[in-house]
Amino acid sequence: MTSQNTQPELLSGGAMLIRALADEGVEYVYGYPGGAVLHIYDAMFQQHQVKHVLVRHEQAATHMADAYARASGKAGVVLVTSGPGATNAVTGIATAYMDSIPMVVICGQVMSHLIGDDAFQETDMLGISRPIVKHNMSVRRPEDIPYLVKKAFYIAQSGRPGPVVLDIPKDMTIPSQKFPYDYPKDIKLRSYNPNAKGHPGQIKKALATLLAAKRPVLYAGGGVILGRASDELTVLARKLNLPVTNTLMGLGAYPASDPQFIGMLGMHGTYEANQVMHNADVIFAVGARFDDRVTNATKKFCPDATIIHIDIDPASISKTINAHIPIVGLVKPVLQEMLHQLEKNKGELDQDALGNWWHQIQQWREVHGGRYDTSPSHLKPQAVIEAVHRHTKGDAYVTSDVGQHQMFAAQYYKFDKPNRWINSGGLGTMGFGLPAAMGVKLHYPEAEVVCVTGEGSIQMNIQELSTCKQYGLGVKIINLNNGYLGMVKQWQDMNYDSRYSSSYMDSLPDFVQLAEAYGHVGIRVTKAEELEPALERAFALKDKLVFLDIHVDPTEHVYPMQIPGGAMNEMFLSKTERT
Amino acid sequence: MRHILSVLLENESGALARVVGLFAQRGYNIDSLTVAATEDPTISRLTLVTRGDDQVIEQITKQLHKLIEVVKLADLSESAHIERELMMVKVKTTAEQREEVKRCADIFRGQIIDITASTYTIQVVGTSDKLEAFIQALNGTQILETVRSGVSGISRGERTLSL
Repeated sequence: MTSQNTQPELLSGGAMLIRALADEGVEYVYGYPGGAVLHIYDAMFQQHQVKHVLVRHEQAATHMADAYARASGKAGVVLVTSGPGATNAVTGIATAYMDSIPMVVICGQVMSHLIGDDAFQETDMLGISRPIVKHNMSVRRPEDIPYLVKKAFYIAQSGRPGPVVLDIPKDMTIPSQKFPYDYPKDIKLRSYNPNAKGHPGQIKKALATLLAAKRPVLYAGGGVILGRASDELTVLARKLNLPVTNTLMGLGAYPASDPQFIGMLGMHGTYEANQVMHNADVIFAVGARFDDRVTNATKKFCPDATIIHIDIDPASISKTINAHIPIVGLVKPVLQEMLHQLEKNKGELDQDALGNWWHQIQQWREVHGGRYDTSPSHLKPQAVIEAVHRHTKGDAYVTSDVGQHQMFAAQYYKFDKPNRWINSGGLGTMGFGLPAAMGVKLHYPEAEVVCVTGEGSIQMNIQELSTCKQYGLGVKIINLNNGYLGMVKQWQDMNYDSRYSSSYMDSLPDFVQLAEAYGHVGIRVTKAEELEPALERAFALKDKLVFLDIHVDPTEHVYPMQIPGGAMNEMFLSKTERT
Repeated sequence: MRHILSVLLENESGALARVVGLFAQRGYNIDSLTVAATEDPTISRLTLVTRGDDQVIEQITKQLHKLIEVVKLADLSESAHIERELMMVKVKTTAEQREEVKRCADIFRGQIIDITASTYTIQVVGTSDKLEAFIQALNGTQILETVRSGVSGISRGERTLSL
């Protein structure tokens, strides 16, 4: 090497930003240009390592980045301009925050000297995003950009992941002002150092409790997916003969086709999962946070259970439900340590008690068993999901929006692998599904990517059909069209004497024509017998976006459904039966 | 239960807003809040008085810890500590009241730090209870204004909160 090569290269702030993203291994940035980020976009144009995906609305950019992160485990990157560009990204940032998804959102900002003057397209994005980010930062000096990018990725991806917003005033990226570029290899912060390993004494105690359990259950959440710990979880569950339930965010963490899997728990969980939880003597919570959609009334929650809780975020432990054996740490190393200790441990499982427990579970399984009306006269949404599962061999990435279709997908698409089920669990963001599918498809072009949606949700980001055309994103859209905002209607049926206040959507577009107008393929399904050939055709069109507008029974409800204010095991099982 | 939390915070813009925002977002109380840089100018020390049962206080401390800029924190009320608050009171004083107000300030070890023909401004330092007692003791005197610094606190003995 010549001495010249060891001199740091001189780059503008904008070019440093893009180079730093490249050095971080970023392949795609999702965004939308505007005044405050023009210098950055110009720097982007002049290189080829980092590619830009132009969406039609900034919210979609955030969901694309978010879904990429959910599928790959690496932070997704968003680039938007100041003011409305940034505020349009807010819903997507909050979505990622609620589900602990690593994301770096770069927002333009007006020139430093204009900040506070109510300048054109000025908004206080640091202030707006503060409650919905893991952290946010502003660039004060262009030469800090490489360090701040490194810091943003480090914070977003470590510990309990989350979105980080980096606000960049336009004058930090002026092309003519160049600075030596040096991307830091790693970073240490005195104020942030997440504890990864978990306390060995607590782990020992947890293991002893599990070995002595008579009615145990493993309750695994999104932390297992985020922490890439499905293998460890599966091995441990099998060794300890534990029934396993997954949260909505944890689906796929434990294979759904495994006999020890008892289904999702909570609001629309299986009868058996909610019964097992309520009657358990030991609840082993792994990367789950006792969300209100899981616990139902906390005062009545699982009265006999000793609770073991592994979570990287101490604030998630004993927040809503008191944990008897808390373990703060990343799920993966903690489970590895448990497996290690189990190897050495001579403790025996209580096989008699476990035998009785499994016998009881088998009886619970037979009570509801995910049944629905399969008479051929109605096209049932559940049947559609089961058919999609068959046609994709259970191996698709499935994204969803929010509502009944989301619950049907969660209940009936049996996920055997982690990172395949991509939905907005915490914030419950309608409009998430299509851009999420796009983000996954872009990175996994060979994979089958299905967006399960409804006619309400899909219209919240339908403009992205245009982006799909531009980038050739052949996702399959399963629009479970019932003409109603189905989950709202379900609650109105159950609690408001079927007064459908604003839950009926008149004047729906012709989705088939709409898809075709955007240059895609549209197929309508109105009868049960049309479903199979339609799916056949759709999945045969490998590289095409196919919009399947499937008219399903509008009267269908999602069951089981926990009775609000009750214990976990208090449920409606159909329109006429309850526990 | 009243708790005094001491927090060492990166002295960066926005860090204080994050702490205050956390309390507002999660519905926690702030009775008082004081903040200033320490002998190390990169670190601010914040003293925050709040109320809540054990579970709420545990959540508050965990949530504070989660903020990236929070370096360290301690609940001073868990062990022996000293707390002080400074108050300045401006009172209207007629000629016949002046001696009585002066005596009252002396009893509370207050100082008269400004005078006019018709007012005294008195500075009193102590625990919050003492400051309240002083206001009670001024009964009959017309208070024009008061300003309180909020509580600052430090542990007794060898125990420290530092980097």
